[in-house]
Amino acid sequence: MFLISVSAAHLLRLYERFQFLDKDNRGHLRPEDFEAVLELSENPIGDRIVEAFFKPGQETVDFPSFVRVLAHFRPTEKNRNRDKGQPDPANSRTRKLKFAFRLYDRDRDGKISRAELLQVLREMLGMQVTEEQLQSIAERAIQEADLDKDGAISFDEFRKVGPLELGSAFILLTVRHLNDEVSSLSYWRSG
Amino acid sequence: MGSRWRAALFLCLLMVASSLATEAPAHETTEIPNHEGTSTGNETSTGSHDDGHGDGHGAPITTLPIVTWKWHHVTAPYFVALWVLVSWLCKLVIEANHHVTTYIPESALLICFGFILGGMIWGADKVQTFSLTPTTFFFYLLPQVILDAGYAMPNKLFFTNMGAILVYAIIGTCWNAATLGLSLWGCHQGGAMGDIDIGLLQYLLFGSLMAAVDPVAVIAVFEQVHVNEVLFILVFGESLLNDGVTVVLFNVFDAFVSLGGGAIDAKEIVKGIVSFFVVAFGGSLIGFVFGLLVALLTRCTKNIQIIEPGFIFVLGYLSYLTAEMLSLSAILSILFCGMCCQKYINANMAETSVETVRYAMKVFANGSETIIFVFLGISAIDKVIWVWNTGFILLTLLFILVYRFIGVFLLTWILNKFRLVPIDFVDQVIMGYGGLRGAVAYGLAVLLDETKIKEKNLMVCTTLIVVYFTVIFQGLTMKPLVQWLRVKRAAHVDLMLIEKVQNKVFEHALIAIEDISGQIGHNYLMDKWKKFEEKWMSWILMKPSARKQQDRLFTVFHQLNLKDAMQYVNEGERRGSLEFIRNESAFVDFKKKFGKEFSDAMPDIMADMDDDEDGASSMRRDPVPSVSLEMHEQNMRGLRGAEEMNSHHLLEQHLYKGRKQHRHKFSRSQFGINQDEDEVQEIFQRTMRNRLESFKSGKMGVAPPKTITKHAKREDQQKMPNGKHKGYQSGDEDFEFSEGNSASGYDASFPVRPSYIAGAGIVNPAFMPDLEDWSPVHIPPWLADAELEEDPVAPSERAQVRLPWMRGHLHRLSSLRSSTRSEEQPGRRDQLPPPPPPPRPDREEDRL
Repeated sequence: MFLISVSAAHLLRLYERFQFLDKDNRGHLRPEDFEAVLELSENPIGDRIVEAFFKPGQETVDFPSFVRVLAHFRPTEKNRNRDKGQPDPANSRTRKLKFAFRLYDRDRDGKISRAELLQVLREMLGMQVTEEQLQSIAERAIQEADLDKDGAISFDEFRKVGPLELGSAFILLTVRHLNDEVSSLSYWRSG
Repeated sequence: MGSRWRAALFLCLLMVASSLATEAPAHETTEIPNHEGTSTGNETSTGSHDDGHGDGHGAPITTLPIVTWKWHHVTAPYFVALWVLVSWLCKLVIEANHHVTTYIPESALLICFGFILGGMIWGADKVQTFSLTPTTFFFYLLPQVILDAGYAMPNKLFFTNMGAILVYAIIGTCWNAATLGLSLWGCHQGGAMGDIDIGLLQYLLFGSLMAAVDPVAVIAVFEQVHVNEVLFILVFGESLLNDGVTVVLFNVFDAFVSLGGGAIDAKEIVKGIVSFFVVAFGGSLIGFVFGLLVALLTRCTKNIQIIEPGFIFVLGYLSYLTAEMLSLSAILSILFCGMCCQKYINANMAETSVETVRYAMKVFANGSETIIFVFLGISAIDKVIWVWNTGFILLTLLFILVYRFIGVFLLTWILNKFRLVPIDFVDQVIMGYGGLRGAVAYGLAVLLDETKIKEKNLMVCTTLIVVYFTVIFQGLTMKPLVQWLRVKRAAHVDLMLIEKVQNKVFEHALIAIEDISGQIGHNYLMDKWKKFEEKWMSWILMKPSARKQQDRLFTVFHQLNLKDAMQYVNEGERRGSLEFIRNESAFVDFKKKFGKEFSDAMPDIMADMDDDEDGASSMRRDPVPSVSLEMHEQNMRGLRGAEEMNSHHLLEQHLYKGRKQHRHKFSRSQFGINQDEDEVQEIFQRTMRNRLESFKSGKMGVAPPKTITKHAKREDQQKMPNGKHKGYQSGDEDFEFSEGNSASGYDASFPVRPSYIAGAGIVNPAFMPDLEDWSPVHIPPWLADAELEEDPVAPSERAQVRLPWMRGHLHRLSSLRSSTRSEEQPGRRDQLPPPPPPPRPDREEDRL
């Protein structure tokens, strides 16, 4: 579909990883499998990331979906040929942001409410911060981004605050090593 | 008015200068005989000869003189002081014409002023009495500039771009030196220069002294054009580090020239390369050691706070001199000294001392930068050094520009293959164009030995021309170029809170994805260093008190509150009176009124609320602004800033640190990758709690019910002040909510426990000295956790929350704090969900 540069070696590597995580050889992963990754439990938003792998309602993820999620983290290609009518590839800026947005927006209503932001903050901030401070931070953060003053951050607002300012200095959700391997996503879609 | 004043100032300047100039010959005539034959006698070097034969003591006195004229007694220091004054006055004049500096960079103007001053001296003396000598420059002017650069260096930015900077600084500089030398030599062989006596080695020597981009010039020009920070750090870092390279190259080729072409064999060349590494790394090491020394010293300077800032300067200077003594790279030494110590000394020293260091550093650096430029201008007006050779000079200029660009493009092309964010073309152009040469090159050129290099004056002259061309012409055109090319500028907007949160979320997300996909990064050294730093360095080099996060938070709080208070006072004074501060009766009245109203209206609720202080406190908090509502409005803008800072600090200090994004393979073997065990513990507990929660709720991925309907709540809040409404609705849940969260978090971090619950928005222990007798409980959060878990009943919670409803606990500035708070109020209101709140992890913890 887009930019097929199947690198068998890389795909194999990911598949090995998938099998490694899939302890019981079920052919799909469950949340518990992710929890076996010890470092994830050290990650304050690890749960959210794991959640992002699962479609709502589903409790398993198979390899193609697994790769599809990881595809968000490929570096954005600057000069990919834009064919109209094609959906954005997963590593486009918008899709990446969307992915990040969903990390906040747990109830999937298209808005980051104050409560949701507060929840994220609570997970990411140390214990020393009081609830009051947390709330004032959340309040301010919402205020900063909330352009239409509805008390929540919509995706458009979300898109405006971060990456524009960050420019090229910040590598928006890009894992260097996912460079080649997940470009083979389309291979899995067709196959 | 302004112009008249400026004219007067300029006149005064001229007078000073001319008086200096007329004074000079007399001075010079007495000095020359004692001088080592250098006509470029500088004030500092002449000074050393001056002590012996002051005229004042020469003749035997016959009678007691009431006053005597002792000019020679003070000549040297007098000249130094006067020149400093004159240079700074130049800057004053320039900065007074502010519109000029928007077009012409200050450094260029200073050089032009130098021309004028030099011309006046020349006119009076017919010989250049003053010029920039290498000794003055390298020993008295350069160190503080570099120290300041090191001290103010954005370390994180520097080290993340370290690879690129090193490549530019080392390979780029060698490339510049080699190509310039060889090309000039080639042109010489081709006959472009006419008849001059310069060999290949001497060309290479010249190339090496011309190769380095000058930090002083770069700072001066780039500071005014605000390019994006990556570009800035690349140019700036390169200019700093390549000084080490240049000095080494210079020394090596200088030695080679002395040895003569025949004596150079492979062994000597290898020695040259070895010496390069020794000099560069040795210099850095010395700087590092001295940096640690400074940090250690400031650990125990509590009792001599007054001179505490002095240590940084003295030890920084000592590191420079020590490196110079060991013939290592002095510039690198003092640079690294500044960079190493900044974190620790800022944490160790008292706030006032930190401010002092910061300002004094700027005074020295800026001052000597000014002097450097002025003297660069003055040095030009000297007939002796002007040896014109069109071919040599023009070719040098051309080659410098061309090879700089080629070098930058070539190296960037290679670097971009490895960089995640490539350096784009426009930035490369600016980097190439930003290759300004400056006083370092000039200083080195003057250092050349005339006996070995016949054409020294030609080289000095060429160097000066290159310096003028790059600083004046390129500096002048830099700004339009930057605008024309639309170079990404530094974002002037402050980093927003939400952005900070986002960055952090992204960072964590990346790490999580790396973990899941089983990919391993390769920033092993960086990670190891960080670990080591946190484990040992901070422990050794920081005061125990500075190490504790809580205390840092506390001081931040304190500062911000002071600031708030200052603003408050200013605002009050602007409005004519601070009456409302003293007028506490309003507050008390109000309290009485509401308390009464409440107990009257709903006695049963009030009974409840005696327990439920949170409810009551929010009640009390609300109406406070009514005391000074306008004031509140007025203050809002100012306070916003302060509060924003407050929040930024909070975020900065308490966000969980992401593990390094890239780890090396080796670290896989152990699990404790996250350096901060406590943090890991904390996160782990939370995660477990969450899981327990989701396990209980039975389903994965069920979103918590959305409880907030914003507008309804807002109305709710509007009604709040007249009470009645509060009631059961937000009563108990409210209480549970904030109690649960504060139990482990707040109490652990602040010694003054009751302040939080004391209501009226008093969250702020900094203002509550009268509560000091509450024994400070420094329980780190993890311990607090543990404690709570050991004691599952947690009987103290109600007790903790119980508030003595006492006047004494409402602190004096409460109306201020509450006015800031009331801004947050809506958030708080909205947050408190009347229907069953989303599952609270913190409550869960208590049951664990």
